[in-house]
Amino acid sequence: MKKKPESRMALNIDIEYVAKLASIPLDLAEKRIFNKQLPEILRYISQLNKVNTEKVEPVGHVTGLVNVTRDDKPAPSLTQEEALANAPKTYNGFFEVDAIFEEK
Amino acid sequence: MIIHNYTIQEASKLIAKRKIKVYEIVKAYIDKAKKLNHQFNSFLTISEETALMKAKKVDQLIADHQKLGPLAGISLAVKDLFSTKGIRTTAGSRVLENYVPVYDATVISRLNNAYTITIGKTNLDAWGHGASGENSDFGLTKNPYDPSRVSGGSSSGSAVAVATGASLAATGTDTGGSIRLPSTFCNLVGLKPTYGRVSRYGVISMASSLDTMGHITKTVFDNALVLNVTAGFDFFDSTTSQKPTDDYVSDIDKGVKGLKIGIPREYFQSLNSEIKGKILSAVKILEKFGAKVIDVSLPHTEYGVAVYYVIQTSEVSSNLARYDGIRFGFDRSKFGAEAKRRIILGTFALSAGYYDAFYLKAMKVRRLIRGDFLNAFKKIDVLICPVSPTPAFKIGEKKNDPISMYLSDIFTVNANLAGIPSLAVPCGFVKNSNNGSDPGLPVGMQIIGPDFSEKMLYQVGFAYEQETKWYLKSPKI
Repeated sequence: MKKKPESRMALNIDIEYVAKLASIPLDLAEKRIFNKQLPEILRYISQLNKVNTEKVEPVGHVTGLVNVTRDDKPAPSLTQEEALANAPKTYNGFFEVDAIFEEK
Repeated sequence: MIIHNYTIQEASKLIAKRKIKVYEIVKAYIDKAKKLNHQFNSFLTISEETALMKAKKVDQLIADHQKLGPLAGISLAVKDLFSTKGIRTTAGSRVLENYVPVYDATVISRLNNAYTITIGKTNLDAWGHGASGENSDFGLTKNPYDPSRVSGGSSSGSAVAVATGASLAATGTDTGGSIRLPSTFCNLVGLKPTYGRVSRYGVISMASSLDTMGHITKTVFDNALVLNVTAGFDFFDSTTSQKPTDDYVSDIDKGVKGLKIGIPREYFQSLNSEIKGKILSAVKILEKFGAKVIDVSLPHTEYGVAVYYVIQTSEVSSNLARYDGIRFGFDRSKFGAEAKRRIILGTFALSAGYYDAFYLKAMKVRRLIRGDFLNAFKKIDVLICPVSPTPAFKIGEKKNDPISMYLSDIFTVNANLAGIPSLAVPCGFVKNSNNGSDPGLPVGMQIIGPDFSEKMLYQVGFAYEQETKWYLKSPKI
């Protein structure tokens, strides 16, 4: 079987695209600073390319717990009032959100 | 003796013998917290009313001869990442400026059940993002040993609250050094427990595979007293271990005779010679008490910060995705610069086409880093190394250079990546000025052990502390 080479790290980042993915509004000054700083950080991180990890398994839970489950039993929890206590907008006992579909 | 110089151990004895009222101590700490806050900015919220009410209740229980534990009536400062029912919890961020949790974090409910008294919520780098305290959206916390310097972060206010005698203990979180660094910069003992030893439930998540819940105290003994309450499995945090906890206080004076201490050479290679001298003198003292010192190598040490800044930012971007301003808090425009930087970096590292090269790669190198420690622990019992490459640095010095700020964590991140416990213990002072009454700047060492070896770390720290008692050197404020 042909071995797939390990992926290399990219050194550039499309700040506007990623900010949109993360839904983070950035002003011009922030864009300018991040455009300078983030590639520097990526360059620093790219030293990991030097480490051979072909036969290394990635870490899951670090001290080794696997498949932790609990009984599926209902138990007392927050009341509706408590759950809504910090919501900026509520309507009839529900969270209120802005519409995401446009009307035609 | 002045109330503000008490340790938990001392205060606890006086309370139990009814030589002092809990109300009196709590009032004194709150007054101090209020008085010093404009100067150091260690508290974001001071919960005077509820604290005094609770103090009266504990006094009543003691008057009724109820048997309470050693933490009863002990004043506690709580890092503002821990959810506290009915007390505002901001994470140091404008996003949560008005957030009041409707439940307690497990650590908080356990401490409440032990009758500790929360006097307030402490300042921090917003969301835990920082090594200096300067990333708080509510202003930085200053170092009581030199107010022109940072307190260390991210548990900045917690450390300063204890160092200035405004609290007897403080909770902290440690994702890459956030307990150990401020503890060291402020001459305090700070524990980063084994991952899964202390519940994360109800603590605002930063990087879920790295976050650990610890605490800061003046002495090693005090620190062990707190872990006795916070450690253990929690039904609400499936990543906590079912492994039984120890009594961390019993046998704390066991000593270090025959103990094998490893000195990881990678941590000393280009270390500031003054700090190196302090740490090696501490090791000498332990050697005098019968420990054996062995040179060891942890070959992947140098990759720690790079691995950390992939894993941590990736997990940060995922955890902070929940702040949408719908269920609580304000919308995403309120995030500060560092949070935005990490969210963007992490979102990028996890985005389609990049995941393998960044997150997966980092999780593999992480295993190698853990492997280095596991190999070393075949030959030795504990490792001793510095906490920080420098003492507390000047305010503003690293603020605009993220990489140099990130490198403040160079000696601490590996314990988080490996999941193992590390105890930061003060080991002296370096000169700061020519003023004879200036105590200088604190230096600290890490005592690192295998998974769940907290009891042994306390024994080593205690043996050293008995000989040196650096905690007696309070800041001049």
